[in-house]
Amino acid sequence: MNAPTGIGASVRRKEDYRFITGQGTYTDDINRPGQAYAYFLRSPHAHAKIKSIDISAAKSSPGVLGIFTGADLAADKVGGLICGWTVTGKDGTPHKAPPHPVIALDTVRCVGDQVALVVAETREQARDAAEKINVDYQALPAVVDPAATLKSGAPQLHAEAPGNLCYDWDFGDKAATEAAFSKAAHTVKLDLVNNRLSPNAMEPRVAIGEYDRATDTLTCYSTSQNPHVLRLIMCAFIFGMPEHKMRVVAPDVGGGFGSKIFCYAEEVACVWATRKVGRPVKWTSDRTEAFLTDAHGRDHVTHAELALDKDGKFLALKCSTIANMGAYLSTFASSVPSYLYALLLAGQYTTPAIYAEVKAVFTNTTPVDAYRGAGRPEATYVVERLVELAARQLKMDPVEIRKKNFIPPNAFPYQTPVAVAYDSGQYALSMDEALKLVDYKGFAARRAASEAKGKLRGIGFAAYIEACGIAPSSVVGSLGAGVGLWESASIRFNPTGSVSVFTGSHSHGQGHETTFAQVVSDKMGVPIDQVEIVHGDTQRVPMGMGTYGSRSLAVGGSAIVRACDKLIAKGKKIAAHLLEAAVEDIEYDKGTFKVAGTDKSVNMQQVCFTAYVPHKYPADLEPGFEENGFYDPSNFTYPAGTHIAEVEVDPGTGHVTVAKWVAVDDFGKVVNPMIVEGQVHGGVAQGVGQALLEQVIYDKQSGQLLTGSMMDYCLPRAEDLPSYTVATTETPCPHNPLGVKGCGEAGAIAAPAALMNAITDALGVEIDMPATPEKVWRAAQTRVTRQAAE
Amino acid sequence: MYAFNYHKPKTLAEAQALIGKLPEGKLLAGGHTLIPTLKQRLAQPSDLIDIGGIAELKGLTVTASAVTIGAGTRHDEVARSAEVKKAIPALALLASGIGDRQVRARGTIGGSLANSDPAADYPGAVLGLGATVHTTKRTIKADDFFKGMFETALDEGEIITKVEFPVPKRAGYMKFANPASRYVMVGSFVAETAGGIRVAINGAGPCAFRWAEAEKALAAKFAAASVEGLKHKADGLNSDIHASAEYRAHLITVMTKRAVAQAGG
Amino acid sequence: MATVSITVNGNKVSRDVEPRTLLVQYLREHLGLTGTHVGCDTSQCGACVVHIDGASVKSCTTLAMQCEGASVTTIEGLAKDGKLHPMQEAFREHHALQCGFCTPGMIMSAVDLVEKNPGLTEDDIRHGLEGNLCRCTGYHNIVKAIAAASKTMGR
Repeated sequence: MNAPTGIGASVRRKEDYRFITGQGTYTDDINRPGQAYAYFLRSPHAHAKIKSIDISAAKSSPGVLGIFTGADLAADKVGGLICGWTVTGKDGTPHKAPPHPVIALDTVRCVGDQVALVVAETREQARDAAEKINVDYQALPAVVDPAATLKSGAPQLHAEAPGNLCYDWDFGDKAATEAAFSKAAHTVKLDLVNNRLSPNAMEPRVAIGEYDRATDTLTCYSTSQNPHVLRLIMCAFIFGMPEHKMRVVAPDVGGGFGSKIFCYAEEVACVWATRKVGRPVKWTSDRTEAFLTDAHGRDHVTHAELALDKDGKFLALKCSTIANMGAYLSTFASSVPSYLYALLLAGQYTTPAIYAEVKAVFTNTTPVDAYRGAGRPEATYVVERLVELAARQLKMDPVEIRKKNFIPPNAFPYQTPVAVAYDSGQYALSMDEALKLVDYKGFAARRAASEAKGKLRGIGFAAYIEACGIAPSSVVGSLGAGVGLWESASIRFNPTGSVSVFTGSHSHGQGHETTFAQVVSDKMGVPIDQVEIVHGDTQRVPMGMGTYGSRSLAVGGSAIVRACDKLIAKGKKIAAHLLEAAVEDIEYDKGTFKVAGTDKSVNMQQVCFTAYVPHKYPADLEPGFEENGFYDPSNFTYPAGTHIAEVEVDPGTGHVTVAKWVAVDDFGKVVNPMIVEGQVHGGVAQGVGQALLEQVIYDKQSGQLLTGSMMDYCLPRAEDLPSYTVATTETPCPHNPLGVKGCGEAGAIAAPAALMNAITDALGVEIDMPATPEKVWRAAQTRVTRQAAE
Repeated sequence: MYAFNYHKPKTLAEAQALIGKLPEGKLLAGGHTLIPTLKQRLAQPSDLIDIGGIAELKGLTVTASAVTIGAGTRHDEVARSAEVKKAIPALALLASGIGDRQVRARGTIGGSLANSDPAADYPGAVLGLGATVHTTKRTIKADDFFKGMFETALDEGEIITKVEFPVPKRAGYMKFANPASRYVMVGSFVAETAGGIRVAINGAGPCAFRWAEAEKALAAKFAAASVEGLKHKADGLNSDIHASAEYRAHLITVMTKRAVAQAGG
Repeated sequence: MATVSITVNGNKVSRDVEPRTLLVQYLREHLGLTGTHVGCDTSQCGACVVHIDGASVKSCTTLAMQCEGASVTTIEGLAKDGKLHPMQEAFREHHALQCGFCTPGMIMSAVDLVEKNPGLTEDDIRHGLEGNLCRCTGYHNIVKAIAAASKTMGR
């Protein structure tokens, strides 16, 4: 018997064969005839004036085809990199988005800033030549710390942004929040640092620029999560050229996690340089460059407070955050610590009043932008650490305090005090399931067993919320987004019944080639192996907005369903004609068109064949069996769930072992449970990485990146992580046709809070991420001292 | 990498002749320190002399009194050797924890010692067991070998040929690895040898060093509890983004205690 | 330039290369075997793992010239006569890959781990993957796949 392949089945992935046999085509696997190689000379200073650049010695270095500086791009009127989302501050003025040249003009503002581009016959020759470029820098004082950059006397990065302030923004009802705090029985306060992360997709970024004289078309091969958006930005804002003359290809992409959403200097430079040297130009990042130039994530400093009544009911929440934007505003940077953050501060709770203030600031560091979860992990971290601390201070059970404040299932749609209206949810259901799976009742015994071994054990919770499926275009437009956030799909049946699905979503590990095929196979009654998913090429896929914010299935999948529905409607007309019945009498079910109440039917293949061989065909109907669908959601989706972490701490060394992990998520309908579980595993691993191991560190004086390789930036290995217990509850999304909510970021959103709550439970001391051995050891010492005093 | 010439001598004599006439040349053993250095363009040797094909540098000999390891012997071979496991289990354990499986398949003891990386494992065993380093010129006692960060007693062109580890009565090795690189943050190799108790600390200072105070305490009684109250001073220890000198000093005690326990004390 | 001859996936090949050519560059750029990937420059990530004379090694930390006369197996050479290796099958069956970039190195490493260590426990497998990084899967399914393959390999 064949295994099921429809919606809800754990279909093994169609894309796997090529990956497990080494046949994948990643961008670096592409080599164009005659291709030359790019190497970027980068700033060794965090902040400096460029007094002069002397390329004379480098020019004659073997193999050199061209050496270019910012002046060359400026001469060609190449625009700078843009930020596509304008956030308006408290005072009604738009954020400051200072110029971000593709190659620095007269100032470098972070270590790794592009200073010159060398194109040569080989990569090593390009690098050899770059070392012969003589740049005369006048070093300037640098600032890397987000709080320090606001202080008077701090080095100033941009004339356009006085005081290094990008925006000072707020959200929520300040008066109501203050009023609630003034009459609260309890107030819980916490200072938190959300550590700066480096995304580290395993595949470093790559770009190839190529010009085709015959068609006057530029092609950019890029490791992008959203080739259409990259095309839009390059054409509309950087090169000022028509989009039909630019093709962007993002083939197999080796992970993104947000870092490959953005339009980066290197791809722009390669596309520009290809016409300068008359050859395809290829750039491959090494990991060192990735640490320096891939947009970082998080980097918030927050003070947060929660007001509660005497029974532990939340009355209000307020927080004040400084968010580090780095040296320049990256593509979507401004939206992350504002709309993707403050709008989620209600969490799963009925907190009636919320107020958030956010100052976004510039520093001499790599730009910060969306990284898995983007703003939502930061929000959940604030809410869930506050809630846990409140339980501790009020001596309540952490489960009880959460349940007391959960939005009840009958309250949906639920309007929060921070603009968003949650669509559906059953928060206590996920929590109860998680408690069962973790054996909460048995925790005391497990803690005692750990203590008998000289170890400390802790348990921590995170009941998270996220907003996915970004988003209704009208809403994001009103909040400052420069683009519409719909998605498009085109479905083409070939005459013999196989199907090509062209989607603007992009898969870089998510398994779209399988999940989307399941949807189409299920809707259209076509065997799954007859369905091909095409993505990642603007020449093949007409339109798209790409993959981020866990939007692919909720928005991209819905566009596919739209196109399916149109095909079914057309199919009914063809079937009616073939069956000599009225269209209204045709019933459709999984590939079969049937005259209601009879046994007369035709199948999808017959209908499709007829559409292309229309010998017997309705006179007023176009031949062909191909439809487009665009989908613009009416709301975000709101996945939620509970993660519970259990840790064991070695007080002698400060080493933390993650002993247990339970995740119960509600993603609405699940199309492929196997893939969804995999997404949760990966998200949790990144969240554990943030809480335990990962942290970008700059030298505070020099602005040098101290964690510039995997020798110093700690990525989780298999040994650092546990096996996870993963389950789902299913509360369908009421406003999209598949009832799906999105699953890609949940793990990264829930995990840091759950893990830190577990570690601080074990230690009895509040600490910041990452819980490095030394930090945990010191906290354990504090605990010992405190116990002795008691 | 910068361009270089490559040589692959078949004998030690050929290698010596080459290194003698190529002052800007460098020896290449397993390459697991040198090649990453070259890739980052942190070194620019004119020539690489690959000593990986020299049969005289390979192999293990185990007698009742000593384990002798050829300089070109890979970590994995030491880790898996049943004879080493029997004679000095702590040495096999140490070798089995160097880098990762792929590093152990290429990296050699000679390369590791010649580099004297403060965060390497082997210096702990060499110093902890009081080994003798044999070179093309002479023999060097462990206590005279490590001179500082990336500094050894080796002269220019002097090649390590083998390392002779006396078999101790008992020994143990514990390390706390740097979570990112998995190099040693603090390691302690404790051995009860014919010449007395030796405690070697690696990872914590500029190069491996002995901890006299712990040796004295363990000589009085070879038990983990003997180390309990001791505290190495933080002055002079390494301090970086992963661990302060104070934390390293603390870990010296913890790792030593655990190494003693592992050795059965 | 120097000539380097290596038996790659059972075929004897010879190429003229600069001495500074890494094995991974020899494979990817000179032989077009792009299944072996480069994910870092400090020998940490393991995306480049291949087998040299039966041992798993990092081809980004090995010079092509060091491999003169050696026998190298890459991910492209693992399936035999169109039949997937049990480790490849297990990776697919247990969803042990997402973006696929670390997968070739991970599989090559896993094959070597299982071949040399019968009776692996979950802890052994996690420890045995110390030289390979995956950013997508959280390792859970990789560990499951290797455990499953360790039962079917060599049958």
